[in-house]
Amino acid sequence: MDLNYKATELSLALPGTDDSPELNTTTTSTPIKTNKRGSPEMGPSAAGESKSAPRAKAQVVGWPPVRSYRRNALQGKKVEPEMGSGMFVKVSMDGAPYLRKIDLKVYKSYGELMKSLEGMFACIIGLYNEKEGYNGSKHAATYEDKDGDWMLVGDVPWEMFVTSCKRLRIMKGCEARGLEL
Amino acid sequence: MVYSLPEEVLEHVFSFITSDKDRNVVSVVCKSWYEIERWCRRKVFIGNCYAVSPAIMIRRFPEVRSVELKGKPHFADFNLVPEGWGGYACSWIDEMSRSYPWLEEIRLKRMVITDESLELISTSFKNFRVLVLSSCEGFSTDGLSAIAANCRNLRELDLQESEVMDLSGHWLSHFPDTFTSLESLNMSCLGSEVSFSALERLVAMSPNLKTLRLNRAVPLGKLSTLLQQAPQLVELGTGAYSSGIRSDVYSALSKAFLGCKELKGLSGFWDVDPSYLPAFFSVCSRLTTLNLSYATIRSPDITKVINLCPNLQRLLVLDHIEDSGLNALALSCKNLQELRVFPSDMYVADANVTLTEQGLVSVTQGCPKLQSVLYFCHQMSNSALITIAKNRPNLTCFRLCIIEPRTPDYLTHEPLDIGFGAIVKHCKNLSRLSLSGLLTDRVFEYIGTHAKKLDMLSIAFAGDSDLGLHHVLSGCESLKKLEIRDCPFGDTALLANVAKLATMRSLWMSSCAVSIGACKILSRKMPMLNVEVIDENGTLNPKLDNCLVEKLYVYRTVAGPRSDMPGYIWTMDRDSANKI
Repeated sequence: MDLNYKATELSLALPGTDDSPELNTTTTSTPIKTNKRGSPEMGPSAAGESKSAPRAKAQVVGWPPVRSYRRNALQGKKVEPEMGSGMFVKVSMDGAPYLRKIDLKVYKSYGELMKSLEGMFACIIGLYNEKEGYNGSKHAATYEDKDGDWMLVGDVPWEMFVTSCKRLRIMKGCEARGLEL
Repeated sequence: MVYSLPEEVLEHVFSFITSDKDRNVVSVVCKSWYEIERWCRRKVFIGNCYAVSPAIMIRRFPEVRSVELKGKPHFADFNLVPEGWGGYACSWIDEMSRSYPWLEEIRLKRMVITDESLELISTSFKNFRVLVLSSCEGFSTDGLSAIAANCRNLRELDLQESEVMDLSGHWLSHFPDTFTSLESLNMSCLGSEVSFSALERLVAMSPNLKTLRLNRAVPLGKLSTLLQQAPQLVELGTGAYSSGIRSDVYSALSKAFLGCKELKGLSGFWDVDPSYLPAFFSVCSRLTTLNLSYATIRSPDITKVINLCPNLQRLLVLDHIEDSGLNALALSCKNLQELRVFPSDMYVADANVTLTEQGLVSVTQGCPKLQSVLYFCHQMSNSALITIAKNRPNLTCFRLCIIEPRTPDYLTHEPLDIGFGAIVKHCKNLSRLSLSGLLTDRVFEYIGTHAKKLDMLSIAFAGDSDLGLHHVLSGCESLKKLEIRDCPFGDTALLANVAKLATMRSLWMSSCAVSIGACKILSRKMPMLNVEVIDENGTLNPKLDNCLVEKLYVYRTVAGPRSDMPGYIWTMDRDSANKI
């Protein structure tokens, strides 16, 4: 018997609005532990509803039967749909007629990245190094980070750069010098 | 009157009999054969370390050179066995160190072994040659240092999928300069870096090195150096298989692989950059084993590789291979014997991965020698299973995991009973079977009726009643290992088949419907079984006979109840002891 408690609930919403949450939200659902007896209700129908929300499915202990060794090895190694596991960002260069795209994941250091960019744009970006910064170069590599700010490439540790870089821009040296101050 | 041959002659004849089963049969022919055989048995395999004690083994077989032990139940692989359960190698190593000075080989699976034990091994056995620790834990790189430093004649060190505490990458440096006997090294499970110079030095001093499995931390750039030192390798496990855009690394690698004329098996391939794959194409035509199950590369890349490997016998791969890749496999690899397809996403059907039952059907159609299958997928049909069964009656191992529990036939929405029924009916030599999908008691009737050679059966989320379990226990004559989780099987079937349990190695039942009362009855009726109830949460009330048990592990033994049980295990003995 449905007593329709919702109708008598107090809430701050305007009267007449229905704020019942959708079933398929991305909230984490409680994992069903196998300490409880396997119940018939936990059938495919229960899971079928949540197929559209990737991680909202209940996780059963030890199922599917994959060794933790293998699970750990594959964690976070999901393959991107078209491109293979990678972190592709656009690279623009002031004055160049078109942009390029590179996969940040294949590089292990700033040195490797810069060499590759130099090769791509056939210019001397002037290797950034810790002591001299971009001294004496005609161009400087900058990037847009997660917050939308334009930063000089090379300041933060490599790992941090890779996760926060959204796109790259190779600026003319004279403009870039302003960033260093 | 029976004329008997002199002992020396019999011993010589027995030396040609190497299989354990045959040796066991020989030993029960008559008393004198038993005596002769036990003195010349060199190899012992113990499938459950608690079935027998070290003392009993040593007393019966005084001249053993090789011991293999298995500890925890198989479901420990999937985190169903709590910490501290047991499987300790300590007492075995201690007693063997005293009684088997000439021991050469120790192989352990799912056991707990400490650094102290490793050190004891390294100093007790002068001719020690082989150490295999498969899915073991409890030790660190310090223990490995001791092995490296002291085992002068070591040939094989295999740490397959063990959990090792990585204290230092320098354990490899402990192999002395005079050490040249290494033939096989598998350190793929190690998490952190090993000293590369030590590794290079070791490879350079080992002219007989045939198997080398590196860990992920060994960079691709170093692989060519190692291969150049060891072009005689037969099995190679790479480390990480990417290195940025480095044409020098690529060409060195390609050249190094060209020099490896004996290479038959490849594995590793963590973090694969597909552009480096062609570097090993030169060895593909000779490959018999390929393990790409950690390589998250796409179907077109996988297919390219497969098409170059006509001699492939064993393939391990992720479901990224998709049906298209499996079709290519069916066309190219006519010698395929074993296929394992692992899931890349454990929980949800990845919309970008098109792996269905069709891929498996293709392979069973195209590969006449296929015997062993492990297949994770999201959908299955009875008609596909029937086709598979008719295509491949020579299957000996069929492990199917439909990822969503209780998934019915996706075409008819029926249970998959008749499909699996066809498998057991047609595949008369089936010795290992894992079930999944929606299954009623009917499938167990088929299994009990037809699966006469079945040695190991794994059941999850299946069946309707005790009748299902009863069919299996009463019908499967060869059954040795039965593991069940989340099935409505209980007391009636168990107690109706108590004698059967004494013919099996072990029975595991978790989240089923077995009561503590039935466990007590079973314990009383069958003193040769250890009946262990795992009560992790402490919710078990042994006084209430109809209280259900969470996890039950029953195994036959001649060693009596074990003395190393953690507090959360209930047995009849402990129960009676508490009452006094």
